[in-house]
Amino acid sequence: MNERARRLLRIADDELIVGWRDSEWTGIAPTLEEDVAFSSIAQNEIGHARALYELAATELGTDADALAFDREPAEYLCAPLVELHLMDWAHTIARRFLYEEADRVRLDALKDGDDVELAGLAAKIDREETYHRLHAEMWAGRLRDEPRYRTAVEELWPYALGVLEPEQRPELARRTGLPLDSTQVVPRGQHTPELAELWAEMTEVRRSAPGATW
Amino acid sequence: MGGDDRGAPLGAGRDVVTEDAVWAALDEIPDPEIPVISLVDLGVVRDVAVDGARVRIEFTPTFLGCPALEVMRRAMEEKVVALGGEPDVAVIQDDSWSTDRISPAGREKLRDAGLAPPTPRAAGATTLLQLQSRAFRCPYCGSTETRLENIFGPTPCRSIRWCESCRQPFEQFKTI
Repeated sequence: MNERARRLLRIADDELIVGWRDSEWTGIAPTLEEDVAFSSIAQNEIGHARALYELAATELGTDADALAFDREPAEYLCAPLVELHLMDWAHTIARRFLYEEADRVRLDALKDGDDVELAGLAAKIDREETYHRLHAEMWAGRLRDEPRYRTAVEELWPYALGVLEPEQRPELARRTGLPLDSTQVVPRGQHTPELAELWAEMTEVRRSAPGATW
Repeated sequence: MGGDDRGAPLGAGRDVVTEDAVWAALDEIPDPEIPVISLVDLGVVRDVAVDGARVRIEFTPTFLGCPALEVMRRAMEEKVVALGGEPDVAVIQDDSWSTDRISPAGREKLRDAGLAPPTPRAAGATTLLQLQSRAFRCPYCGSTETRLENIFGPTPCRSIRWCESCRQPFEQFKTI
């Protein structure tokens, strides 16, 4: 697999899996408004994944659905942050906030990058992510002084750094005001057991009828 | 609804359909989720080019996760086939669609349907402060005494606001 395809898949897999995790709040969020918000955010993230998979599919001679659903869990390139099964509101908001901040560092670099096609898509994705960031910012503001939320941010921070390449990590630390030097990063390249569980559920229907046209 | 720069000069007379005719046909396709407005009014059709029988349409999604994408693509293809052309619909995934591309007529149709049209795209990114400001007008009573209820709504392109004057919620088209 060429480096461009790998680069696209890393981001696409992050977006698909985080979107899938966000969708787990559909129907059970603490308020109706958050039910709507998480469902919408999930839909957007999975839409971004689809667009990125389509670019990768052109490189790899396949299609977006095959990339999203027909690989083995070990073949996914997502970061551990998005895999974690977090059904505690403080952790959920902490991940949303940290993921969006990391994603913004990455999108900013892509928008200025040499890959014109990816830069154009990154600019479009960034427009949509603006609303996700506002949602995260609103919640981070509300929960800032809650011990449970602060603990959740501390726990997930090593994972958030792992979303980014080493050279981009100082920028994330600068933007969030969180420590870089003393943190043991949980990097991309290893998977949590939660990914296999998510994958089994996510691909269950597709695997039940291989090759079906829906 | 046609713009003034859409009609290309006809070629050697072998084109099966004019670009104007394609634009007119596309203008009959309602947005699947907001049927008061057509795809042309929504500004998602970026370009139409006819070459012989081939009709190439460049189309930009509003939001990338929009579930209506395939429905819109099929509807455009059917229109071209009905005109006797061979459709080639290209989905352009870049930042070229903005809510600023919604036509003035489209904005009025949105308002008439109780959906507040988007505010213009600003130079910088939208801020929470802006969304929480009172710069948004209720499509029912025209009051600007409105507050943000939810950044998100029933589709990715909408937010929910509440009008303090006529005391009812309304949908606000997000600026993007």
